[in-house]
Amino acid sequence: MKVLLVDDEHELVSTLAERLSLRGIQADWAINGEDAMSLAEKNTYEVAVLDVKIPRISGLELKRRLHAKLPAMKFIFMTGHGSEDDYRSCSAETGEGCYLVKPVNIEDLIQKMNELIKASEVRP
Amino acid sequence: MAPWKKLKPEFWDYVDAAAGPFSHLFNFRRIWQLAVLLAVGVAVVPLVVITAIDYQVTQKSIESEIALRTSRLVSNTRRAVSFFLEERRSALDFIVRDNTFADLNDPERLQAILRNLKNAFGGFTDLGVIDPLGYQRTYAGPYRLEGVDYSLQAWYKEVLERGIHISDVFLGFRQVPHLIIAVKHEVGSGTHFVLRATLDTERFNHLISHPEIAGGGDAFLINREGKLQTPSLSHGKVLDTLSLPIPAYSKNTELIEEEDSQDNLNVVGYAYIENAPFILMIMKNKKELMKPWSKTRLYLMGFLAASITIILVVILGVATYLVNKIYLADQKRLTMLHQVEYSNKMATIGRLAAGVAHEINNPLAVINEKAGLIKDLFSMREECARDEKLMNTINGILSSVERCAKITRRLLSFMRNTGVIAEGINVKETIQEVLVFLGKEAEYRSFHLSIQADEGVPPITSDRGRLQEILLNVINNSFAAMQDGGHLEVTVKRFKEHGVSVTVKDDGCGIPKADLERVFEPFFSTRTGKGGTGLGLSITSGLVQELGGEIRVDSEVGKGTSFTILLPINIEKKE
Repeated sequence: MKVLLVDDEHELVSTLAERLSLRGIQADWAINGEDAMSLAEKNTYEVAVLDVKIPRISGLELKRRLHAKLPAMKFIFMTGHGSEDDYRSCSAETGEGCYLVKPVNIEDLIQKMNELIKASEVRP
Repeated sequence: MAPWKKLKPEFWDYVDAAAGPFSHLFNFRRIWQLAVLLAVGVAVVPLVVITAIDYQVTQKSIESEIALRTSRLVSNTRRAVSFFLEERRSALDFIVRDNTFADLNDPERLQAILRNLKNAFGGFTDLGVIDPLGYQRTYAGPYRLEGVDYSLQAWYKEVLERGIHISDVFLGFRQVPHLIIAVKHEVGSGTHFVLRATLDTERFNHLISHPEIAGGGDAFLINREGKLQTPSLSHGKVLDTLSLPIPAYSKNTELIEEEDSQDNLNVVGYAYIENAPFILMIMKNKKELMKPWSKTRLYLMGFLAASITIILVVILGVATYLVNKIYLADQKRLTMLHQVEYSNKMATIGRLAAGVAHEINNPLAVINEKAGLIKDLFSMREECARDEKLMNTINGILSSVERCAKITRRLLSFMRNTGVIAEGINVKETIQEVLVFLGKEAEYRSFHLSIQADEGVPPITSDRGRLQEILLNVINNSFAAMQDGGHLEVTVKRFKEHGVSVTVKDDGCGIPKADLERVFEPFFSTRTGKGGTGLGLSITSGLVQELGGEIRVDSEVGKGTSFTILLPINIEKKE
């Protein structure tokens, strides 16, 4: 499984990527939308974990662009804010349950990613 | 004063502490007083005026009716008396014209005339013929009066002078009251004679004792000296002197009002009888005459009193009802106002809390990942994985991060939307969540908390945020009343078919009965100065209403208070 992590908090994404790789999941990370887009140009990811608020571009907008590039990619939103509005708009975009409030338990995150991939395999 | 307390409207003692300089606009007692005063003035004054006018008019008309009737009676009676005398005078006149002096001096002829007079007119006792020298030449009657010399008597002189004389009533030889009518006849060549007749006054009396006078009335004749000429019911016998003053002369019938010796006011009608020395007097007791008036007056007064009573009752009732409506509307307005204020405050706190939570969540996430990474790395190295102290430390960091996360998540949940969001709620779980919030305080003050939920309580559809706030406020309120180590019991039960009841019962200081009905009023607080705003329960009550429910309070001083919140199972169905 190959994962793309996008969050403006460098320490967070880098550490999370390292922890995922320790669990056998290849994870690339970016701290802004442009980097994320250029990574997506070169690689294929099955899942993207996006912060709702990233510099210059909203998480939702980034999701749409990434989706346009890689239609098979699954998305999980991660936020420190957890407002009703964010929850609603993100849930509308990705479906229920793909909205996690920081700090996130890594096992929960992995489980969610697996669920998403499995679900896409059942519905090709 | 218990009945007054029961009747006293809610607004009576209300003082709007928050109205400030506009408090006069919310002085409901004054508004009520003004409304009552104006309405009473507008309704009662014209009624009283009209009644007073009617009173006057009716009284006047009855009085004038009495005067008219009395005056008519006097006139009629006078006419009857005059006619009686005139009739007899004319009879005598006719006799002296129809008979010569010589004819009349025939005793048999005179007897026949007397008999005819008695039969035709009645009332004649005797007849006498007096010659020009004043001697009674011939007499017909019960006495022997021939030859009596009248020449020096006053009445004889008057007859000679005026041609007629009607005497006062006097008692004759038989002690029977009678009067004399005498007429003079000029024979010609300077000579004359006089015919004198004595009349029984029995017929007279009969004329005067009119049936209309009955009922406290009296009618009689007096002579010009005030001596009774006919018997009176209340002023004595014939020839007694009348106790009242003799009325002044008048050609017409007159009416006066006079008080008699028993202080009774009498209406007195009198008339001087023409060509006779009599004054007719008819007296009527005014009180007796005004009897129909006093009855009318009683009705009038009764009507007035009843009308005023009804008007007052209606005005008081309507004014109280309307002012109370205004008062209730104002209370509602105040509650809404405070609720808006409170919601704004809560929204601000919510935004602030969310902002803080967001700022903390990010570094917290970093700590979480870093600590997680350390744990991952240590777990891979055998000597570290076996180092219990090291692993415990890492786990300690991770569990602290977890605790922080819980707190920030709760803070975030504070920020909620303003509209009611209906969602399925398990009431017991919601209570547990709220108690977790207050857990620290409960722990510090050693409160014993318990939740009891009946088996049959279904999940309800309602607004979670509002329900949390309601419970938070009520439980906080209980905590404030409780001593350290106190007990708080929350009971959830099914209420009727479509409701759930949540009862929060504490063993705190309780609320005095007088304050009990005011606890939901905005700004009512017994904790002012000790951190109470007086808003908590008023907002709670508003929130419960928003959820279509109802909140009740029951308390006993020294034993504790219980708040019962009744909520519909489905708020949407309720609406």
